Amino acid sequence: MNTVQFFGLFNYWVVIFLMMVGFYMIIARHNFIKKVIGVNIFQIAVILMYITMGKIHGGTAPIVKSEIAQHFAHHESHEDDSHEHTSSDGSKAEEHPFVDTTVYSHPLPSVLMLTAIVVGVGTTAVALSLIVRIREDYGTIEEDEALAMDRAQS
Amino acid sequence: MYVVTFGILVLLMVTAIMVARMRNLWAAVMATGIFSFLGACWMMLLDAPDVSFTEAAVGAGISTVLMLGTLALVGKQEIACKVKLIPLLTVTFTGLALVYGTLDMPMYGDANAPIHVYPSPGYVEKSMREMHGLPNVVTSVLASYRGFDTLGETMVVFTAGIGALLILMCDPKSTQKIEAAPSSQSGLKMRDFLIIRVVAKMLIPFIIMFGLYVQFHGDYGPGGGFQAGVIIASAFILYGLVFGLDATQRVAPKSVIEKLLALGLMIYAGTGFLTLALGGQFLDYNLLEHHWMTEHHVPSGQHLGIFMVEMGVGITVTAVMITIYYAFAGRRPAV
Amino acid sequence: MRNHLPILLVVVPLIAAPACLLLGNRRLIYLFSLVVAWLTFANSLRLLATVLVSGKLRYNIGNWAPPYGIEFVADPLSAFVAMFVSGMAAAVLAYAPRLVEVEIPAEKQHYFYSLYLTCLTGLLGITLTGDLFNVFVFLEISSLSSYALISLGKDRRAVLASLQYLFIGSIGATFFLIGVGLLYQVTGTLNMLDIARRLQELEIVNGQGIVMLASTRTLRVALAFMTVGLGIKMAVFPVHKWLPNAYTFAPNVVTCLLAATSTKVAVYVLIRLIYGIFTLEFSFDLLPMRYELILLSFLGIFTASLAAIFQSDVKKILAYSSVAQLGYMVLGVNLISAMGLSGAIVHMFNHAVIKGALFMVVGCFALRLGSVQLEDWRGAGKRLPWTSFAWVLAGLGLIGVPLTAGFISKWTLLLALAQEETWFLAGALVVSSLLAVVYVWRVVEVLYFGQPSQKVLEAKEAPLSMLVPTYGLILVMMVFGFWTEYSLGIAQQAAATMLETATMLKEVAK
Repeated sequence: MNTVQFFGLFNYWVVIFLMMVGFYMIIARHNFIKKVIGVNIFQIAVILMYITMGKIHGGTAPIVKSEIAQHFAHHESHEDDSHEHTSSDGSKAEEHPFVDTTVYSHPLPSVLMLTAIVVGVGTTAVALSLIVRIREDYGTIEEDEALAMDRAQS
Repeated sequence: MYVVTFGILVLLMVTAIMVARMRNLWAAVMATGIFSFLGACWMMLLDAPDVSFTEAAVGAGISTVLMLGTLALVGKQEIACKVKLIPLLTVTFTGLALVYGTLDMPMYGDANAPIHVYPSPGYVEKSMREMHGLPNVVTSVLASYRGFDTLGETMVVFTAGIGALLILMCDPKSTQKIEAAPSSQSGLKMRDFLIIRVVAKMLIPFIIMFGLYVQFHGDYGPGGGFQAGVIIASAFILYGLVFGLDATQRVAPKSVIEKLLALGLMIYAGTGFLTLALGGQFLDYNLLEHHWMTEHHVPSGQHLGIFMVEMGVGITVTAVMITIYYAFAGRRPAV
Repeated sequence: MRNHLPILLVVVPLIAAPACLLLGNRRLIYLFSLVVAWLTFANSLRLLATVLVSGKLRYNIGNWAPPYGIEFVADPLSAFVAMFVSGMAAAVLAYAPRLVEVEIPAEKQHYFYSLYLTCLTGLLGITLTGDLFNVFVFLEISSLSSYALISLGKDRRAVLASLQYLFIGSIGATFFLIGVGLLYQVTGTLNMLDIARRLQELEIVNGQGIVMLASTRTLRVALAFMTVGLGIKMAVFPVHKWLPNAYTFAPNVVTCLLAATSTKVAVYVLIRLIYGIFTLEFSFDLLPMRYELILLSFLGIFTASLAAIFQSDVKKILAYSSVAQLGYMVLGVNLISAMGLSGAIVHMFNHAVIKGALFMVVGCFALRLGSVQLEDWRGAGKRLPWTSFAWVLAGLGLIGVPLTAGFISKWTLLLALAQEETWFLAGALVVSSLLAVVYVWRVVEVLYFGQPSQKVLEAKEAPLSMLVPTYGLILVMMVFGFWTEYSLGIAQQAAATMLETATMLKEVAK
């Protein structure tokens, strides 16, 4: 593959590498805290993958400059009663002499990943609570030791 | 710019490997914090300030605090294990499968990639037209277009808070442990240090103010309910770390925080029921417009709706983070 | 109000869950959750009736049309699944109070009911949504609440089982998320019907004149990751290891709920993925996984059934049995025929009812005898006659004896295999049912033909509040054993809808 393709996909490969480090930690390490860290790293890498998708070269964050936003707000506030007519088609926009030429990166991956981060921290909180309980009940946070204790008991 | 990007990517990989190999758990947790933070930096470069903000606050902030809190209760070094063959093979195979999948992907930064081309018009254009001047498109998508996802997300936070509470709530077994263990609180505590006490007291009001700013300014810049909730909660956690759990619980009693936890989620879902009652679809904010403050044009229905739901999110997230802190702090270290 | 049914099914338990925390009295909280659960079940019946008559119901949340907004889609399949999920949740909650008093500490009970409703919300959300990322969010809601609920078990192994489930569950959810991301990257949308339509547009003819999809490699990996992620949630062999421990050490009420619902919802998502999103045209061409999955399902059926035979803990027997029954469902999904798919769908329903009833019986014994070890149940046939007889009846349903619902699903699958003329596999199916006879009979033998153990001598019959729901489910099982218009009938309608999606989309695209 040529250099353009290589650099185009390099970001994704780094992200995949990070995912695999996290994944390895979950399945190969016995210490529960290390496993939780592995889950975190895995999830952060997935988040990075999504955000990488949304980027456009030369783009900027999807926050509209305030002058442009004010223009639309001002314009819309006079059109209160004609809500139903303006929403679906794009013709209203073409009537404006004002056109926004900024390139924005895609907002949707950001939105999805905000949710994913929160889900991740929720999982971490529950996992760490369970680990505290296991430490109290078993006296260890190593998986093989805990399983050995169970086998010895039964 | 490419140098910076390349540098961050390399640092990320190095940190990840370091974390995997470290035996000392304290160091590993701190390194994970560094990893999250580097990730947040990269997200900034990728034009995602909202996510970067959240990752820094939640990922590098709260997660690290929780892990350190756990280590304080659990504390042990990891026993070194050798590199295992089967997991390594599984991981390599999965990684190669993913690399195979990237071969057909659109190039990084390509403006003609399917997600930028479809749907047309994009969210940014649609938001400019329909959101009555709300600049932050991420907030408008999060709270309005995909508001139901965010309701689900708030419920995830709620579940995590209740789950942690359920798992770590003091039951008679652990209170016995408290009495049995000798009261080892004889050493110097943080509140005995003048500098820490004074600086904490000075910082806390600013932290809360910043949190409120992030909450209400989320429509105009990066920010919103989640980030604000975490920041405000961290003010309470700071107070708790310096002045002790009892002092914090006098200010923010457990029962009140629990009720707030429920209240936030109910505000969010309640906004949806309100729009149902007004005759529209669930979470259709446009209905809020003509029934409230009809003589003004501001706030528009969308603005009002987004304000209400972000309020709900902020309240629940604050309460959940404080609850989780209480749950961890209320547990005595296992002997 | 009727138009809003799809969303009401999810948001009523959603707002009720935190409301539980605001009520003070324990009894009040229980009654409140019971009312909410039964109200949701009633709504789901109305929804199912509406969908069967008028066809698919689409609901735009926030009044934003997809792909910008999120929509809920109620078609025969999702309405059917929503019906039995909410039904089982309502039945288990009606059965629960005596057990909850015994198994869960008083100060934790209001959190318990709140999380119960949360789990129900998550499961219903997965079923009714038409947006892939929404599936992920609700999947995590139901998973997180399950982890917390499972850890409430009295045995210290409950917490360990919950943590192990958490790790493997997180891997599964993250794999699913990766798959969704790759799919989004290729199509640009997250709405299920929209993705299917976009994939049609991506069809190209390659150099050899074969019709295929652009970006095949990415799509292949996306489908693979989503299937593996769902497979973990479904407890498909070989990633089923989490299930026996999680079901065994959880409190009995929790096991009843989870055994009846959570894995079935994952199967539903798989059906939606293979038939509704990728559609038959592409799924099995992209990933030649049909034979592999059929092989894995049979391996699962046999190893799990054999494992069940040698257990001494009755909950473990039933847990392994669940893994085996899931194998039947996965088999049905991969047979690509109307008969096979409807067999899988109707088995989802039948198994939910039968397993729910069986775990309820175990709960009755646990309450009165204080143990779920087979040894302690010896001779209980005389002192707890109704409970023991319930085991016999439900066990017959599990085996698949004619006149029980279990027979209907096994027979449909058998016919589907016969249609394909795979006689070897059909024979294997019959043999696996015989294995079920062995582990069901083991318990029956202990109940009726053993000398009463110490615990049995001190016990009395299970309370009416628990027997009534149990026999209610058994009655449902027997009714649907011969009156199949609303079980198999709906399943066939759902299967037909799924199979015709491919042709329908081609028409729309033109």
